[in-house]
Amino acid sequence: MTQYQKPTTLFEILMGGTVLAFLLLLTVGTVIAVGTATSFQQGLNPSDWAAIRFTILQALTSATLSIMIAIPTARALARQQFRGRQIMISLLGAPFILPAIVAVLGIIAVWGRSGLISDGLKALGTEPLNIYGFTGIILAHIFFNLPLATRLILQGWLAIPSEHFRLAAQLGFSTSEINRRLERPMLLSIIPGAFLLIFLLCITSFAVALALGGGPRATTVELAIYQAIRFDFDLSKAATLAIIQFGICTLIALVALKIARPMDFTISLDQPAKRWDGHERHTRTFDKVLLLLVAFFLFAPLISILLKGLQPLLSLPTQVWPALWKSVSIAIPAAVITTTSATALAALIASLSKHTATAVESVGFLTLAASPFVIGTGLFILLNPYFNPFALALPLTITVNVIMSLPFALRIILPAIIRNQNDYGRLGASLGMTGITFFRLAIWPRIKRALGFATGLSAALSMGDLGVVTLFAPPDFATLPLTMYRLMAAYQMDAAAGTALLLVATSLALFWIFDRGGRSDHFI
Amino acid sequence: MKTLLLAAGLTAMTTLAHAQDKPVLTVYTYDSFVTDWGPGPAIEKAFETTCDCDLQLVAAGDGASLLSRIQLEGARSDADIVLGLDTNLTARAKATGLFATLSTSPNGLDLPVEWNDDTFAPYDWGYFAFIYDNTKLEKVPGSFQELIDSHKNLKIIIQDPRSSTPGLGLLMWVKTAYPNTADQIWKALAPRILTVTKGWSEAYGMFLEGEADMVLSYTTSPAYHIIAEEDATKSAASFSEGHYLQIEVAGKLKSADQPELADKFLDFMTSNEFQSIIPTTNWMYPAKFPQEGLPKGFETLITPVDSLIASAKDAEKIRDTALSEWLTALSQ
Repeated sequence: MTQYQKPTTLFEILMGGTVLAFLLLLTVGTVIAVGTATSFQQGLNPSDWAAIRFTILQALTSATLSIMIAIPTARALARQQFRGRQIMISLLGAPFILPAIVAVLGIIAVWGRSGLISDGLKALGTEPLNIYGFTGIILAHIFFNLPLATRLILQGWLAIPSEHFRLAAQLGFSTSEINRRLERPMLLSIIPGAFLLIFLLCITSFAVALALGGGPRATTVELAIYQAIRFDFDLSKAATLAIIQFGICTLIALVALKIARPMDFTISLDQPAKRWDGHERHTRTFDKVLLLLVAFFLFAPLISILLKGLQPLLSLPTQVWPALWKSVSIAIPAAVITTTSATALAALIASLSKHTATAVESVGFLTLAASPFVIGTGLFILLNPYFNPFALALPLTITVNVIMSLPFALRIILPAIIRNQNDYGRLGASLGMTGITFFRLAIWPRIKRALGFATGLSAALSMGDLGVVTLFAPPDFATLPLTMYRLMAAYQMDAAAGTALLLVATSLALFWIFDRGGRSDHFI
Repeated sequence: MKTLLLAAGLTAMTTLAHAQDKPVLTVYTYDSFVTDWGPGPAIEKAFETTCDCDLQLVAAGDGASLLSRIQLEGARSDADIVLGLDTNLTARAKATGLFATLSTSPNGLDLPVEWNDDTFAPYDWGYFAFIYDNTKLEKVPGSFQELIDSHKNLKIIIQDPRSSTPGLGLLMWVKTAYPNTADQIWKALAPRILTVTKGWSEAYGMFLEGEADMVLSYTTSPAYHIIAEEDATKSAASFSEGHYLQIEVAGKLKSADQPELADKFLDFMTSNEFQSIIPTTNWMYPAKFPQEGLPKGFETLITPVDSLIASAKDAEKIRDTALSEWLTALSQ
């Protein structure tokens, strides 16, 4: 089936163009602001190059392994029915939104020298585990990103029309034939984007990589940027490193988007997927064992966070509640704006020719490779001469959160929009359906699952964000993550654990409400 | 002439506008100073009753990032005072040319070393030290050498000098204790180091989880556990090489629009009121001990035989060498 190429409307250009301009301003614009703020001081030294090499190596490894585990996990979730499946899918959002420090403490509660597994090993008389080093970094990055990859790939599985599965069952396809005819083409369209997303997430990792990486061997570009800004006050070097980070991002983005093949399934009746395959005994056993392992891997650290935070949760310091309110009042508008912007950008991309579309889509990923420190510092340099930075704390926090969660929302919404356009664009055009009517009848019902997922994810991400804009926070501007860090800095580790639990619970609740809302009449 | 009149008029208007409100003194400091668990709120209250002004404490980053912030803002900064730099940074801070000299130098200080800086006034101090759980660790190392020679399973967590103030403190500690062999000390220490964290909170949190036997912090850290939690299980290991001293200071910016109020605050900083708030909120030694003495619990802390400290000038000179030695030794 050839793709339907819809003409670009003025509305799409205006809406998508505005989003694009904002993206460029906050990524490239801030780098230029930082780079030109001071005169050139010193170039890159060997340790910076080591950091660049290390960053790419760990990100490639983390992304590859996350995807490799996510594919069978998503397949198992797509084809097996079991009690707790819904809950498992919902909880998949949790690790991804944990603040770095909480995730590190959760991971070491299981994998650390005094963690669950080491305790077991010690009881058996063997040496405790030592994950610190490359293993620790990869472990943490898989913990963060495997759930996201699984969710993205699961979306792809659910996008295969159920009629195809029915036909396959009628034709007596085996599991491997279904894999070749239906699943592989779908994976080819989903995997490159998911890989890119995770690769970029790992590129900007810093606190986690350092803490579990065991020392300065685990220096990432992000740490080098932080050092250049904070320690050496060498802004031009920070800008150089930021540009290198963008370069890596663009390169990988172009490769990934080039590999990606559009999904080429025929139009369906949008029935909930029912599966006739995957019932062979060994397949079922494999799926179940895999899901159990993944569930342990992802949820054991979460349970440790839950157990540690439960007691202090009942006696949290009063400062926590206004902070909770502040965070929610940032997260919800940020999430709604993110989804709207991502939809606008996706509509623009869907109407462009392949080459232009790839270029625009790459810009949509750019913010992931952007260093939060560079964005924060750049914005500060741009705004400080004209505005009192404190007066802008709220709008800036929301803006930056929108920009930061946009790549995820775009990744989720774009495939849905393109698929819908391929399926119904022609029909809509031949019926003369345009604008709001077409959106309401043809687009909305078929993208709202993606919109719900995207909004939920953005809300959760904005909740957990410590804020690029700590530079802008006035004295009384305390978000929940910030309050958690402050409690820790004041030795109050228990209260911090309670706050962390509150943060995770609220983020999950927001994620669940939107995600659930999006699939209210579907059966995934 | 017209412009002059206009300027005069505008000046009069701004003066009037200011007269209606209380003058605002803006102090940039680090996050944990400002929070409800830090000294900020009590100090704000105490100072405002004496000054008839509005004291605004602004969290603007810790240690080196506080200085970066001021450099970013330059002469345009709203800040009158920067509070929270330490002696490892004062030379760099002075070199920016943004700080004014002190109008009165503080006297009667209870610092372990003599103080003669004309730009910065100290408000508290502490020694870096390794903290351990005295119910778990049996053979406590008494020096860097003993730490190196200790059991292979004894692990410490330290902070990265590039992103953390205590991390930089340890760098200077080793460098002042072993000026010529610091690189070898680091190389020998490497197997003891479980990991390096971005900041103090991660490291201390991981230590409390039982990940490592010791963590880099301050000799005063056990005071928190004793006083606030009635928990006597945390102790600081006393090292025979001496302990590196951190002196936290504040300074007035040349661009301050409330220079007199700023002077008043810097004087207030060494007053009994300010100083008696410090021990149990910032968990450091006050620069001038309060008249009623230190809070109960502080007497149990270790007192290092030798105080190590690099002068502001030396600190600036040896910093980069010390950092590259550290990086080389730990990256192998």
